Amino acid sequence: MQLDPKIPEGPIAEKWDRAKFQLKLVNPANKRKYSVIVVGSGLAGASAAATLAELGYGVDCFCYQDSPRRAHSIAAQGGINASKNYQNDGDSDFRLFYDTIKGGDYRSREANVYRLAQLSGNIIDQCVAQGVPFAREYGGLLANRSFGGAQVSRTFYARGQTGQQLLLGAYSALSRQIGLGNVKMHTRTEMLDLVVTDGRARGIVVRDMLSGEVRSHAADAVILATGGYSNVFYLSTNAKGCNVTAAFRAYKRGAAFANPCYTQIHPTCIPVTGEHQSKLTLMSESLRNDGRIWVPKEAGDRRPPGEIPPEDRDYYLERRYPSFGNLVPRDVASRAAKKVCDEGRGVGETGLGVYLDFQTAMERLGEDAIRDKYGNLFHMYEKITAEDPYEVPMRIFPALHYTMGGLWVDYNLESTVAGLFVLGEANFSDHGANRLGASALMQGLADGYFVAPMTVGDFLARAGKSSLSTDSGDFKAAQTEVNEKIKKLLSIKGERTADSFHRELGKILWEHCGMARNAEGLSKALEQIPRLREEFWGNLKVLPGRNDQVNQTLERAGRVADFLEFAEVMVTDALSREESCGGHFREEHQTEEGEARRDDERFAHVAAWEFAGVGKPPVLHKEQLTFHEVSLTQRSYK
Amino acid sequence: MKFTLKVWRQTANPKDTGRFRTYEASDISPDTSFLEMLDIVNERLIERGDDPIAFDHDCREGICGTCGCVVNGFAHGHQEGTTLCQLHMRSFDDGQIIWIEPWRARAFPVITDLMVDRSAFDRIIQAGGFISIRTGSPPDGNAIPIPKDDADLAFEAAACIGCGACVASCPNASAMLFVSAKITQLGLVPQGQPERWDRVRTMVAAMEEAGFGACTNNGECEAACPKEIPMDLIARLNRDLACSLLKK
Ligand SMILES: Cc1cc2nc3c(=O)[nH]c(=O)nc-3n(C[C@H](O)[C@H](O)[C@H](O)COP(=O)(O)OP(=O)(O)OC[C@H]3O[C@@H](n4cnc5c(N)ncnc54)[C@H](O)[C@@H]3O)c2cc1C
Ligand code: SF4
Ligand code: FES
Repeated sequence: MQLDPKIPEGPIAEKWDRAKFQLKLVNPANKRKYSVIVVGSGLAGASAAATLAELGYGVDCFCYQDSPRRAHSIAAQGGINASKNYQNDGDSDFRLFYDTIKGGDYRSREANVYRLAQLSGNIIDQCVAQGVPFAREYGGLLANRSFGGAQVSRTFYARGQTGQQLLLGAYSALSRQIGLGNVKMHTRTEMLDLVVTDGRARGIVVRDMLSGEVRSHAADAVILATGGYSNVFYLSTNAKGCNVTAAFRAYKRGAAFANPCYTQIHPTCIPVTGEHQSKLTLMSESLRNDGRIWVPKEAGDRRPPGEIPPEDRDYYLERRYPSFGNLVPRDVASRAAKKVCDEGRGVGETGLGVYLDFQTAMERLGEDAIRDKYGNLFHMYEKITAEDPYEVPMRIFPALHYTMGGLWVDYNLESTVAGLFVLGEANFSDHGANRLGASALMQGLADGYFVAPMTVGDFLARAGKSSLSTDSGDFKAAQTEVNEKIKKLLSIKGERTADSFHRELGKILWEHCGMARNAEGLSKALEQIPRLREEFWGNLKVLPGRNDQVNQTLERAGRVADFLEFAEVMVTDALSREESCGGHFREEHQTEEGEARRDDERFAHVAAWEFAGVGKPPVLHKEQLTFHEVSLTQRSYK
Repeated sequence: MKFTLKVWRQTANPKDTGRFRTYEASDISPDTSFLEMLDIVNERLIERGDDPIAFDHDCREGICGTCGCVVNGFAHGHQEGTTLCQLHMRSFDDGQIIWIEPWRARAFPVITDLMVDRSAFDRIIQAGGFISIRTGSPPDGNAIPIPKDDADLAFEAAACIGCGACVASCPNASAMLFVSAKITQLGLVPQGQPERWDRVRTMVAAMEEAGFGACTNNGECEAACPKEIPMDLIARLNRDLACSLLKK
């Protein structure tokens, strides 16, 4: 397998321009002859599908929900970054680029990140033109706020519903193209395999979730924009349906999986209350603009928060990181919370929580100003916990949230399978080992509106039509495999539900491959996961004999089966990366102050894993990262 | 806590007209959400080899609009400003009987159990719920200043999650609240003006074609809406519709 990142020549600020000039164009009259499959209707998928259709390509778009508007992007709360410098506070493309590279702990590709910063402003313009109701100031101009890991205010937002508003913008553009007949939308349809012939992606195999029908779709190029894999941990802030299935099946067909161990644990989520819990809820990072994080100074101090006087409180982020304070990046904030809880200073019944307190801000700005900024988040918190954050501080704890790892792609967002492009959270491209807040929405939309429509066109112009119909042998074979797998899942007739296996897998991963990892724990996980997988295939219980109509137990079982295989690749990656960087914290590699210690000599590379066959360990390929614009330093937010 | 559930069960077979079935839900923690309670009941049904209850859900935090059933006669349950997934069992009485039914509307056919087909909403948006702008070179974001009050009201309207509770709660199964939310959002901003009059006509036509009923000002929609979209938006829709017909 060859990993050619295809980074264009020239100075960093000119690379994307040069690339655009060098990319081949498809003649407008010919675009109609080409068909593109887009799997996913989140920010990345919907924006790509709409834009490709506007350009004239024939697009088929797929999602597992009942409407493209419901993709998980809808849940993003806090905001989207752009280097507009509307606040005149010293922002620039270079600063956004620098913050993102540094925030990612120097584990991303400079050229990609610079392009992202350059495109960030266009995204805002595009969304405003679509009618996205961003927050505004009294003068009618766009408002900004600050997010973790940055010292400028560059985050655009729509109260706590930024993802919803951006997605509805992309959905409206997509809907327009559906209405015009340029996109065929397939809802409640799950992709279960990728078809590859002679090294080129030819189409996909899907299952209709209402009728159970398994069928194939052929196209000249395939785009995966299927989101992240946080749900491998069972409990995460992702929607229940988020899965690794599409990406993982593509991996098994030859697409390299990059940096699977880079997972992000978000510091501000509502703590777990019990076994019944099916997911975790994020409280947006934007709350750290005005909320102050603290725990009691003394371990075991059980007084209610209101009775703990200021001198007995430890505002540990402000203490340890005076220049960034409560706005340190996520990985740093999460580990700091874990540390105080490990010291026995955690709050709440379980001791797994810290306070996020708005009292100071309410005294300074008034309750109304706080309500205006965060009203819906406070409301959401109260719904879940039955506590009123205007009265008592919120209790928060870190939870799985985002996955920086994903399918490997080159500068053009093409994977190691020709004609297979990967966009949004599903690829590994821009966030290195840690993503800064408000950067995922930016990346998804940059990929979908501006990058893929150019680079997919270039691929089509060079490679021509695929001209392989769904009657070909490879389509038939893939379809048979999918059917066999479904039959097998239905026939096991064991004792345990898919959820119970999923929960157990989640516990193994949270314990050994979560906020802190070490060789011993990871090795143990590598023994436990295959055992659990074996039990799954022998002792699973799904609703038998129902593949001709809705069978939600079968859908879940299929996803859990893939998580059980994927988890092993993830842990293997975590074990082989013997350094700490960003969200990947190896206890063996830390400074005396407990900060992450990178090993740039040995690990300044992307780890891309190639599937080597069933039962065989994956093969590691390295893409060396070189830095010309920034010098690698130990990240400091002190 | 312990509850007796009366759940609507209906298979995909077109001849099946559905019925209520009774299930006991015991040992439920008050901190469980409504959907988690259904998960627990389902896990037990699967373990017993019974057919679990099919229901739609995804984000489980009140934003995707996927979930929704009529609970004891209320769309999304009795709590105001709440989606079904945000409802917690502590808001019910121990031992209570809970009736659970799918959305019922001609334009939302039942698929199975508690799942319905809401694609009619998508078709309404496809008919005109957008601003026709190509990806490319729009003007600078700050070149279009919008008075904060208009921007705020547009935002309130844009908060609609497309869940369909307004339709389910309306005696006429009207979709006016849903449509008015989009009309208001796009009608309040300068970018939305060029298509304003066409938009209202095409969206209302699509709504009628999908089989939604007429609005008779019952106000049930506003009460059921988890995002508290106010009914006066319907008046805005009617005004725009009247204007558009005059302009035609
Ligand atoms: C609670 C929360 C808050 C967040 N807040 C922010 C924020 O404030 N700012 C920010 O920048 N980022 C935020 N993020 C991250 C950001 O929302 C996501 O990374 C981003 O939206 C992912 O977009 P996407 O288009 O890649 O994928 P998604 O939006 O996840 O879309 C995936 C799509 O793929 C489809 N799909 C998946 N699998 C299959 C399959 N097998 N077959 C068919 N279709 C499939 C789904 O139906 C869906 O349409 C947040 C994330 C969470 C969880
Ligand atoms: S108007 Fe309210 S009830 Fe109707 S679809 Fe929108 S959010 Fe749901
Ligand atoms: S599941 Fe998303 S709103 Fe309820």
